[in-house]
Amino acid sequence: MHRTRILDHVILLIGVFIMVAPVVVAFMTSTHEAAEIHRNGLSLNWGGHFAETYETVLTRQGGFTGKITGFNMVMNSMILGLGFAVGKIVLSMLAAYAIVYFRFPLATFFFWVIFTTLLLPLEVRILPSYEVMNMLKLTNTYTGLIVPLLASATGTFYFRQFFKSVPDELLEAARIDGAGPFKFFVDVLVPLSRTMMAAIFIIMFVYGWNQYLWPTLMTTDEGFFTLVRGIKQILLVWVGSQIPDYNEALALAILAMLPPVMVVVIFQRWFIKGLTESDK
Amino acid sequence: MAAETEGLSASRGGAGFGGHRLGALRLFGGKAKRGETSAKRVQFTSRFLPYLFLAPQLAIIFIFFYWPSVQAIQSSFYLEDPFGFGSTFVGLSNYTDVLKSGEYRGIARFTAIFTALVTFFALSIGLLLAVKADGVIRGNAAYKTLLIWVYAIAPPVAGLIGMMFFDQHIGPIVEIARWFGWDIKVGLDFGDTAFAMTVVSVWKQIPYNFIFFLSGLQGIPVSVREAAAIDCRSGLRRFWTIILPLLAPTAFFLLIINITYALFDTFGVIDVMVKDKAANNPITLVYKVYMDGFRGNDLGGSSAQSVILMVIVFVLTIFQFRFIERRVHYN
Repeated sequence: MHRTRILDHVILLIGVFIMVAPVVVAFMTSTHEAAEIHRNGLSLNWGGHFAETYETVLTRQGGFTGKITGFNMVMNSMILGLGFAVGKIVLSMLAAYAIVYFRFPLATFFFWVIFTTLLLPLEVRILPSYEVMNMLKLTNTYTGLIVPLLASATGTFYFRQFFKSVPDELLEAARIDGAGPFKFFVDVLVPLSRTMMAAIFIIMFVYGWNQYLWPTLMTTDEGFFTLVRGIKQILLVWVGSQIPDYNEALALAILAMLPPVMVVVIFQRWFIKGLTESDK
Repeated sequence: MAAETEGLSASRGGAGFGGHRLGALRLFGGKAKRGETSAKRVQFTSRFLPYLFLAPQLAIIFIFFYWPSVQAIQSSFYLEDPFGFGSTFVGLSNYTDVLKSGEYRGIARFTAIFTALVTFFALSIGLLLAVKADGVIRGNAAYKTLLIWVYAIAPPVAGLIGMMFFDQHIGPIVEIARWFGWDIKVGLDFGDTAFAMTVVSVWKQIPYNFIFFLSGLQGIPVSVREAAAIDCRSGLRRFWTIILPLLAPTAFFLLIINITYALFDTFGVIDVMVKDKAANNPITLVYKVYMDGFRGNDLGGSSAQSVILMVIVFVLTIFQFRFIERRVHYN
């Protein structure tokens, strides 16, 4: 009995090692100088150039146009992450409210129109989506970056499940008190959904921040690059150079993962709840 | 009974990152009952309010989902003039060209193997860690945090870190492999690149599976666990005969999520690793759509491939419902 417990811990520690070590090594290595990394390989000890490297990455103007900084990319990532999360919550709460709380002709039709989007991810229609964006002149805009990603019913599905679990008595009571649809939504449903909104916000923020394929297609102007989108540019620059800027590339990778990782770790309980218990 | 089965099959699911698949499962499973669409006994009746609330969502879905989807299907039947002078209807020839091409078949074969490997390893490692984490009492919370946080790392960022570990000059994995006489050349050797891609893709997906398996395990009632412990003294047998069947709905849901992940979400990992030089490198079907559409400017061919992918996703959704779910054990 006792031995199996130790074995359990050994397996878990190996798992933790595999999941954590690569990122720790990436961080530690990013504090060394490029030439040193080139000579000695990745390292596990502190290099002492943390401040310089991260300051350079965040503030040095670079790229094709010579104007884009790491800080610009952080801001763009924030705009994408926050815009996507807020947009998702607003759109899907309204739609779910209409679906669950209203009786109207065509309700079933719209229900299927909305939920069919769950069947096909954006990846299978990238080219025509791009053409549509071109036609609407939305490439290289924040609208073009965020709005097409909202065209799926994940959030609506989420809120529909939640609204369905809200007791009917609440609506009956509200109606007796003379509350209309707007009042009921703002005074009853929104406050009730707070935890739900927080959980969805976290998941959607991480999802938006981490988008890669769509931003790659939509943004050719470096002023709109997000951190995750910028990763490839770094690697392309690398190929030709004598001593690649390993330190700066790794520093950008660390910056690109920091906000979503922090959100997930700090709000872990909400995050897991939102992810696994959507229908309670 | 039908309702109960439906509820149970769903209770471990989620609607987050890949959760749209689950949503689809539940809605399109054929078990949706009459009246499934409206849930409340009491409802508001209003002439225009529901449309007002639905309008923003519907507008976005029509412009950015239905319009491009219809366009994809339409342009898959046309041949676009390379100089932009209109297009000609060519019937199914884009499809036959694609399906006859040896290159496409090779990529399809690679995608299938890659998907199978990623799904298998990500699921089994996730399950193993979840079972162990569920078993230990000391350090439970710490293990959990440390095992899930990689979920928040974007695939291309994971790819970049992977590239460092598989780098010719500084990569520790390359160095270790050298001791065994294996000279890893990511980006140059097909097999080596495929290996690196698979490792990074599995690594990135383990936390997701871990979260769901762990919450599935913690959902098993204590009484069932106690009864199982009395009936079945061998831990391993108890796992195979009691715990695993109870986890089947979770595992089944995750199977589909992982397949979709390997097909679509690994794009970032692949893009970072092959860097637009797909010549001798392994790529998946989605990457091929991207290469043909955006690098090769083959609109018709790329659209036909998009439609083929749509069909695959569709079939997957229906298949898992009609065939696999029947065998999943619920009680």
